[in-house]
Amino acid sequence: MYLKSVLWAASAAALTAGAASAETITIATVNNGDMIRMQKYTDKFTEATGHEVEWVTLEENVLRQRVTTDISTKGGQFDIMTIGMYETPIWGANGWLVPLDDLSAEYDVDDILPAMRGGLSHEGTLYAAPFYGESSMIMYRTDLMEKAGLEMPEAPTWQFIREAAAKMTDRDNDINGICLRGKAGWGEGGAFITVTANSFGARWFDMDWNPQFDQPEWKEALTFFVDMMNESGPAGYATNGFNENLSLFQQGKCGMWIDATVAASFVTNPNDSTVADKVGFALAPNSEGVDKRANWLWAWALAIPAGTQKEDAAKQFIEWATSKDYIELVAENEGWANVPPGARQSLYDNPNYKDIPFAQMTLKSILAADPENCCVKPTPYTGIQFVAIPEFAGIATQVSQEFSAVYAGQQSVDEALAKAQAFTAEEMEAAGY
Amino acid sequence: MARTVTTPRKLINTAFAWAVGLLIFFPILWTILTSFKTEAQAIASPPIFLNFDWTLENYAVVQERSNYMRYLWNSIIIAGGSTLLGVIVAVPAAWAMAFVPSARTKDILLWMLSTKMLPAVGVLYPIYLLFIQLGLLDSRAGLVVVLMLINLPIIVWMLYTYFREIPGDILEAARMDGASLKEEILYILTPMAVPGIASTVLLNFILAWNEAFWTLNLTAVNAAPLTAFIASYSSPEGLFFAKLSAASTMAIAPILILGWFSQKQLVRGLTFGAVK
Repeated sequence: MYLKSVLWAASAAALTAGAASAETITIATVNNGDMIRMQKYTDKFTEATGHEVEWVTLEENVLRQRVTTDISTKGGQFDIMTIGMYETPIWGANGWLVPLDDLSAEYDVDDILPAMRGGLSHEGTLYAAPFYGESSMIMYRTDLMEKAGLEMPEAPTWQFIREAAAKMTDRDNDINGICLRGKAGWGEGGAFITVTANSFGARWFDMDWNPQFDQPEWKEALTFFVDMMNESGPAGYATNGFNENLSLFQQGKCGMWIDATVAASFVTNPNDSTVADKVGFALAPNSEGVDKRANWLWAWALAIPAGTQKEDAAKQFIEWATSKDYIELVAENEGWANVPPGARQSLYDNPNYKDIPFAQMTLKSILAADPENCCVKPTPYTGIQFVAIPEFAGIATQVSQEFSAVYAGQQSVDEALAKAQAFTAEEMEAAGY
Repeated sequence: MARTVTTPRKLINTAFAWAVGLLIFFPILWTILTSFKTEAQAIASPPIFLNFDWTLENYAVVQERSNYMRYLWNSIIIAGGSTLLGVIVAVPAAWAMAFVPSARTKDILLWMLSTKMLPAVGVLYPIYLLFIQLGLLDSRAGLVVVLMLINLPIIVWMLYTYFREIPGDILEAARMDGASLKEEILYILTPMAVPGIASTVLLNFILAWNEAFWTLNLTAVNAAPLTAFIASYSSPEGLFFAKLSAASTMAIAPILILGWFSQKQLVRGLTFGAVK
């Protein structure tokens, strides 16, 4: 397979680059397991194409600020940027990204999961290729669930989750029934409470871009969340994000954890997790009678900033890094559990991957997420855990801070929602909506 | 009459000083200890202090993944260059303010300091655009200039207060003996202010070494210093605290060693002049 990969990349290079000389491309990326693994295999790309690769690895929030500054000023520091589903449609609409509408037939763009392709496109044009994708799902302790005398359905409701969390909680043994994100930040606790609200029938804006925090669905969702976490969540959950909950779950201190599907490979890894062989998976919950679940959709994707002088080499790299052959290269060397998930249908059709315990639930979660239709009521925006408008990051960061203050017991649900409504209305008006 | 200090009081003072010192040093100590743990031990609850299997694995991973020497060299050039350039500019400025003050000298000093109150992000875009126009993005020269300008108010303030401690009569005597302005500054003033200049240099070198806004935002591959090296190991989605700690330890080690060997000059300078 490696030989095939090299031959394919070499022929792609010959076809697309012609007599072009070898280039050095600079890629800005995030620090996570899949991206670091990709850096390790970059030599294979260089061997096949002659192009060298320089990596600039940054923490997610720093990266976001760094690449936004560079692309909006046409700084030209990077030939490829790692961006997410939030940035891609906005930057694509601004003309800041090179359209990826001429990828080779061998790349098989139709194999990319439709939800991913849709989220990384603007008006039907793909602007970034997903390296890996994720949704969110329930990870739960099978032993504690059994001890509680309950059986986790494949698609539970919030009401069941709350009951199970209460029964699994064992304060004497430092076990919290449920661990969820409460940390301020639009991508941390902000993302989680947004999908929770979606699953209670709420939405951020109505069709006229009026904020909806004054509607009963938001109050119901936030009240439910706070009450459940006070009953069965860990102390200080207002400052817990992905990493804090991962740490708690791996140490056996959470009965359930609802978070990114990529966490499944961490909590089932016996080298890091004390509960690796006792983890089950289920779809993210919904409130009874609501037709939307609390799962999000996200992808880390590779995009080419418009204006780069090394567009051909950059496209070759993107085709290599997000190809089926790359997935097989990682599988051969690191095992199927470590391949970048969530981007291609062929991965989930692969019999080798079907044996991975969390694979099918990951796929089901991704397929259950629809960024074009996030909420029960109609919305003027795309995105599930975010609203794909430039103003959202700033607004949602402020709103999530108000909600975190509720989790910390510093203000009431009503106060937080009133502040969120007033702040968002003011910002949207100032932005001209 | 000299104040007598009793032995119990001395003991209490010493214990208190040690306690404060350890409290301040503890985060650094914890970072160093964590760098020798596995990722699982790094997040263990309750935390493991010393009773763990020490491993160098994190250092091996960091060495394999990153070109540490390139980051280190960039840090040395950027911190050293900006400090040196800052002192060259600040010595004549501080001399003028200390020995030939005008009615507006204090206003100018306060205005200089007030520039430190502006949040850096407020001028990110103008500076970034300027760097694009001048071709200075991802260059050490650009960062040397930016960090020098950022730290210049502090350098001028420190040198100004040191220079104010030097009697003006000595400089006047030198002038009467025929010393030119250049000779007065180079051969009379500077040697007398060496302790102050040394502590100013050390403090600003440390400030430039630790600067993590401009060094992250204006660099990519070529000029990235150790702050970028640390940032590349931070992750909100994945537990890499042991590796992050190893990277942090490697990044702070040079400046810790420098601080250790020059602590006398630092303390003397800080208690003699500007920050006393």
